[in-house]
Amino acid sequence: MSILALLVRRGGNGLALLLAVLILNFTLIHIAPGDVADTIAGDMGGADAEVMAQIRRDYGLDLPFHEQLFAYVARLARGDLGYSFFFNQPVTELLLERLPATLLLVLSAQVLAIMLGTVLGVIAARRPNGLLSHGVTIFALLGFSAPVFWTGIMLIILFCSIFPIFPVAGMVDVTVEGGWFVKTLDVLYHLFLPMVTLSSIFLALYSRLARASMLDVLGTDYVRTAQAKGLSEFQVVYKHALRNALGPVVTLAGLQFSGIVSGAVLVETVFSWPGLGTLAFQAITARDAPMVLGILFFSSLVVIVANLVTDLVYSLIDPRIRIGHRG
Amino acid sequence: MANDTTAAVLHADRLEVAKARHPLAEAAGMFFRNHAAVAGLVTLTIIVVASLVGPFLYTVDPYEMVWAPFSEPGAEGFLFGTDYLGRDLFAGVVNGGRVTLAVGLSAALLSVFIGVSIGALSGYYRGWVEEVLMRITEFFQVLPTLLFSMVLVALFGASLAMVTFAIGIVSWTAVARVTRSEFLRLREMEYVTSSRSSGARDLGLMLIVILPNALPPIVVQAALMVGSAILFEAGLSFLGLSDPNVVSWGQIIGSNRPYILDAGWTVAIPGFFIFITVLAISLVGDGLNDALNPKLRER
Repeated sequence: MSILALLVRRGGNGLALLLAVLILNFTLIHIAPGDVADTIAGDMGGADAEVMAQIRRDYGLDLPFHEQLFAYVARLARGDLGYSFFFNQPVTELLLERLPATLLLVLSAQVLAIMLGTVLGVIAARRPNGLLSHGVTIFALLGFSAPVFWTGIMLIILFCSIFPIFPVAGMVDVTVEGGWFVKTLDVLYHLFLPMVTLSSIFLALYSRLARASMLDVLGTDYVRTAQAKGLSEFQVVYKHALRNALGPVVTLAGLQFSGIVSGAVLVETVFSWPGLGTLAFQAITARDAPMVLGILFFSSLVVIVANLVTDLVYSLIDPRIRIGHRG
Repeated sequence: MANDTTAAVLHADRLEVAKARHPLAEAAGMFFRNHAAVAGLVTLTIIVVASLVGPFLYTVDPYEMVWAPFSEPGAEGFLFGTDYLGRDLFAGVVNGGRVTLAVGLSAALLSVFIGVSIGALSGYYRGWVEEVLMRITEFFQVLPTLLFSMVLVALFGASLAMVTFAIGIVSWTAVARVTRSEFLRLREMEYVTSSRSSGARDLGLMLIVILPNALPPIVVQAALMVGSAILFEAGLSFLGLSDPNVVSWGQIIGSNRPYILDAGWTVAIPGFFIFITVLAISLVGDGLNDALNPKLRER
């Protein structure tokens, strides 16, 4: 099957999943006690039945459930996710506004975790019973077992309170003056702690997986052949074995996206990082239904696209995997 | 269970000379030769016992104001100090463990139950059953787990039951996949075919014939699941989405979050206990994995 056919089939599947996610979330919000009118009335300090009914008419809440759902899906098809009454802004606009900050955090944390994790895993695999190998295993367990928000708070206490080196919160310092270069440096300076915190969970996973996968590959016949014909150890490990050992790492990287969204919510909340995670947290606490629906929809979209990209990348790395047989 | 395995080990040691040992005894032997796993098991036992017995030995009320707020650890005999409301943090940690462990364990049980049911049915029946159930699994895999649980808890109230449900309902997909692949493999075995031809029903085949043989990887997954459920509960509580009237480790962290720069210990200490508990569970899970997964034994 060609790459194009794969894209079409998996894309169709993804659309169906998205629609299912949408219907489930919409239904949940609908059956939950309380609605937008209650929240707005609460903010206004109470409202009489007349005003409540007016608000419900304005938001289309007096229509039957299926009409509301159809109206929502129809608007969504035009890229309109509704209006957030808590932030007083269209949902789509807010999502796109906050997206870059989250992308920056998540992607930099992932790149750091994958690169460092693979290097640690490969080094550990070359001496499976050495001190370093055990070190990697222990390190991986530590990173995996610590609650990510706690890791973040510990880093804040250490590097913002005891040794005040890094900023506690936010993404930019408004008092910083200068050109784009200075501004970029300022963002990177704010990015450092959140990035390290978020990558700590994934670093553990990647280093463990890279170690196990590398051990598998190093035991195969073709590696022995490469060694036998006199290639240097560096060439054997990094040119022959690594390419095949990377497959599982790439798959894991793709499958982690659902977990990354979760991790981002916690890390962004700890560091007040102005991304989708803090937005989600505020929206959920304020029970801003259109915003919550929008974020859930958007996160599922991200996961589905990430899975699709993973499949593509995997089939590029390993040409034997050609579609169809998953699971 | 600990007694059983200990007995099995003693038994196994005595029979060292004998060639064929019971596979369980062999697995227990493997497990107890693994120092890290034993250390994890000992730590975990201490934590569980302390959480169960502790509240009866240290009777300070974790909800009562007992001293000035933000007293540092050790001040006035309060080992872990006090929090922003002047509540004894040590009492909070002693009482909170029970809730944290109970929520983690029940959420893990729920997700193992859902995962094993779905995995077993789809692996056993295949065909359209498998198609439908795997679509459902895929659906839950694309849900952003923490966000979805946050929404559930925010919409339907932060009771312990709701929190447990919200964690269990999003965490079962890995168990389902493992169970399914085991069932797909085992259903073709000769002993399954022979049980079937001697008249065993589907349910009996699944529960009595196949499931026990599929257990090893499921047990490992379940053990690790308890750890991740505890982390999950802590995350929700940190965001303020837990029952405000029940003290748990995560809840202590969540309520003291605004004061981390002035009173770091109120967050550091309960977080450390979560960390150690999950670490102990991971070590036990790893030990189980090495002991129960024969493919990895050569390593």
